[in-house]
Amino acid sequence: MSEVLINPVANLDTVAVAATTPEKAQPWKELGLKEDEYARIKEILGRRPTSSELAMYSVMWSEHCSYKSSKIYLRQFGEKVTDEMKKHLMVGMGENAGVVDIGEGWAVTFKVESHNHPSYIEPFQGAATGVGGIVRDILTMGARPIAVMDQLRFGAVENPDTARVVHGVTAGISFYGNCLGLPNIGGETVFDKVYQGNPLVNALSVGALRHEDLKLAKASNPGDLVILFGARTGADGIGGVSVLASETFDSTGPAKRPAVQVGDPFAEKVLIECCLELYHAGVVAGIQDLGGAGISCATSELASNGGAGMRVDLEKVLKRDESLTPEEILMSESQERMMGIVPKKDLKAFVALVEKWEVEYSILGEVINEDRLYINWHGEEIVNVPPRTVAHDGPVYHRPVAYPAWIDALNADTVVAAGLARANDNATELAAQLVEVVSSPNQADKSWITDQYDHYVGGNTALAQPDDSGMVRVSEETGLGVAIATDANGRFCQLDPYNGAKLALAEAYRNVAASGASPMAVTNCLNFGSPENPEVMWQFQQATAGLADGCLELGIPVTGGNVSFYNQTGDVAIHPTPVVGVLGVIDDVARRIPSGWQDSGHNIYLLGVTRDELDGSAWAGVIHDHLGGKPPVVDLAGEKALADLLHGASLQGLVASAHDLADGGLAQAVVESSLRFGVGARVWLGEIMERDGLDLTAALFSESTGRVLVSVGREDDVKFVGLCEARGVAVLRIGVTDEAGAAAVVAIKDVADFSLESLRGSWKATLPELFG
Amino acid sequence: MKIGVVTFPGTLDDRDAARAVRIAGAEVVPLWHADANLHKVDAVVLPGGFSYGDYLRCGAIAAQAPVTQAIVKAADGGLPVLGICNGFQVLVESHLLPGGLIRNENQHFICRDQRLRVENVDTAWTNQFELNQEIIIPLKNGEGGYIADAETLKRLEGDGLVAFRYLDVNPNGSMNDIAGLRNERGNVVGLMPHPEHAVEAGFGPDKAGTMRSGIDGLKFFESVLKAVVNA
Repeated sequence: MSEVLINPVANLDTVAVAATTPEKAQPWKELGLKEDEYARIKEILGRRPTSSELAMYSVMWSEHCSYKSSKIYLRQFGEKVTDEMKKHLMVGMGENAGVVDIGEGWAVTFKVESHNHPSYIEPFQGAATGVGGIVRDILTMGARPIAVMDQLRFGAVENPDTARVVHGVTAGISFYGNCLGLPNIGGETVFDKVYQGNPLVNALSVGALRHEDLKLAKASNPGDLVILFGARTGADGIGGVSVLASETFDSTGPAKRPAVQVGDPFAEKVLIECCLELYHAGVVAGIQDLGGAGISCATSELASNGGAGMRVDLEKVLKRDESLTPEEILMSESQERMMGIVPKKDLKAFVALVEKWEVEYSILGEVINEDRLYINWHGEEIVNVPPRTVAHDGPVYHRPVAYPAWIDALNADTVVAAGLARANDNATELAAQLVEVVSSPNQADKSWITDQYDHYVGGNTALAQPDDSGMVRVSEETGLGVAIATDANGRFCQLDPYNGAKLALAEAYRNVAASGASPMAVTNCLNFGSPENPEVMWQFQQATAGLADGCLELGIPVTGGNVSFYNQTGDVAIHPTPVVGVLGVIDDVARRIPSGWQDSGHNIYLLGVTRDELDGSAWAGVIHDHLGGKPPVVDLAGEKALADLLHGASLQGLVASAHDLADGGLAQAVVESSLRFGVGARVWLGEIMERDGLDLTAALFSESTGRVLVSVGREDDVKFVGLCEARGVAVLRIGVTDEAGAAAVVAIKDVADFSLESLRGSWKATLPELFG
Repeated sequence: MKIGVVTFPGTLDDRDAARAVRIAGAEVVPLWHADANLHKVDAVVLPGGFSYGDYLRCGAIAAQAPVTQAIVKAADGGLPVLGICNGFQVLVESHLLPGGLIRNENQHFICRDQRLRVENVDTAWTNQFELNQEIIIPLKNGEGGYIADAETLKRLEGDGLVAFRYLDVNPNGSMNDIAGLRNERGNVVGLMPHPEHAVEAGFGPDKAGTMRSGIDGLKFFESVLKAVVNA
């Protein structure tokens, strides 16, 4: 340590040294690079890289940063689009987050990102910094972050390790998100043994901005200053990107705990307010957050995006630990840092604002008119590279793809072929199955988790968990707002990744429509196993194609996303889990549709057609521990018609509530609609069974898509049914809403009368009993 | 009528508090932690959040801020002050109200629509309620467990200084179900629940049978308007 302080350049691997010592052995393999990648770096530079350059290339060319295995598939999200789909897109894929014009001079930006691997090693900090990272992506676009959501997948509830991860992740999100002052408006929680050694922690954030406040991550004007501000740089997360995000976990390997970043939400909250004031004052020409790959990423991307170069003195970085080497500083993933490009004339104003917020800053260097990124360390040149080769010209892989050997057998193992017993003739057993499905961990009340999140802060939350979508007001003057829903059914994706991805899209789209908003844009977080496994690559190929085709069919563009590979323990990959987020716009959030009935005596209508589709369903999983067959049929034209109908009905104020049908089918939807406000219901299934040719089990538990349950006041009845008929959406009255209060019941004819209080008890008790 | 809303680094609900003040019909004056000038406001709201990251102890650092020192002095002179959540913690750390607030009994942060009983209406912030009125106000905190020594508790109860009490559920293990307090003079009120989140229909807590329609919190701000006019 003392030697470092006395002579910081002793034994330094400078550009000059690298040029004269071509034979020196370098740890490219340990840093996650392949032999041909190392050779390519040497070819680009015309010499061996310095150790600092090697650090930069290794993190930036990692799977996590370069998308090298997924790039060729992600292109179709930009290609399978029409001009109409691009109409509202202000910034598309490739930036920190996509930006969508929602009218009235407002735009929104949203994105979902994974923090899976860190969250398994250290659930609390992994989940916390996942929230922090996605919020900085949103902030980087010039937007005020206005809400967050989380998409979580945990292992089996009965495995003792699951509680460790659940507690850590929930507390981490609660700690970080609550302290940032961002309402958590919903998300997903799923338990399945396939996620045992590899939980999924995805975090979504949405932000709002005026059109003129849009910021881009680019440094284009020579002479502008490069300023690093926010938290100091420490040793956290070093190697995190290339090591953590690119390898599977092996219980015999070395402990990797130190690679996880540690978050300070207070520093981030101050940084948010500080950045927004800097934007407002117009003193930053470009901005980039520091997340994965830290300064390596920020410098090379800013320069590459701006078509310019940069000269940086790395010793000027403010450090928490003075013994950090330049390589470590370049790779550090310390949280709560931003890099701003500031015109010299605006420096004084910049400094005044960061000092007001007591945010530390250091001027690292400036933008230059040369296609080069120079980084010096105490006057010695340690990096001299074309920025584009680090940031954008990483390797592109055409990985082998193979049709899974097991999938035909899985598809053949339908609920019929497997002979799963149906209790059609035994009302008592059917009633017990209903309670079992509704109170199973994946279907049960999630408030044990969501009550640990602040959903009020900001005062603009119009809908939040347990509603179908989260909805926030953007304009306090007009009520203009956005709704977001995310979905991914890993079981369906395991059976058929192409249609599974479409199903995720369809469900998120339907959830947004059911809230009264018009779906407008898509984001995604594609969680898969190892890309080195050709069968996993097939799943990825299928899922991306399904999602791109589905978006084209629905006419809503993908604005950005994230890929997470290597989600597996040993050789066993997770179910493909393409989390799809759909954002919708609503002209006035006062028009939003509740997800449960609030009045008695309303008619209950089922929109859409039910098929006998129980393969992969919650019923098959919960009652029979079975997964096989083919997922439900997706009809995106039907989804579109349904969404248009709901929009029309909402504009005319015809529906009092709407709730989408998904896992657990009609049974789940009826129970949840009753539980939402404690209003009972009387439901009969005879007419659906007759019209759609179903038995009782299928009527209750089928997971056919394109269906929504609505309640309609009697005065709007004729108008509503007329609207459905005019738009060609199948409509059937299946019940009436009943009394509220302690005696409220959900009465399903030919099955049972369930006391609402007792249903609530079972539904609410599951998670507290497991984790409380 | 001018009501100051304080922002410390880490304050989160300042914009919500400002909105509540505006909806009640008063003018908002933003007050900055480092500035001891109260700009001649007629009342002050210390909003919720995590001032200074809740480092050391919730509200402990904020209690030392220049603006807080000025508020303490003005409160001693009768200025109406409302401390919400972290603001309540600041009031306790400043000794404007007695006792302390500790980690919730169940160790988790909790966010819920909370039923409260208004137990004292002789204050600047509660005079528009009826005595024993039951209201629903969102609660969200990690360290909201109210504690005090036996003697203080006895005094609080004996002198009618408990302003709000939790009903149905004691969400954080507070002694005597105490949700909020007033000082002897009645100008200072602090509570853990968030009245500023129940001032606008559509964005408040659920009421029986109607979604997010609760606006019971508005009366806090209407009360202070009345108190200042009558003062």
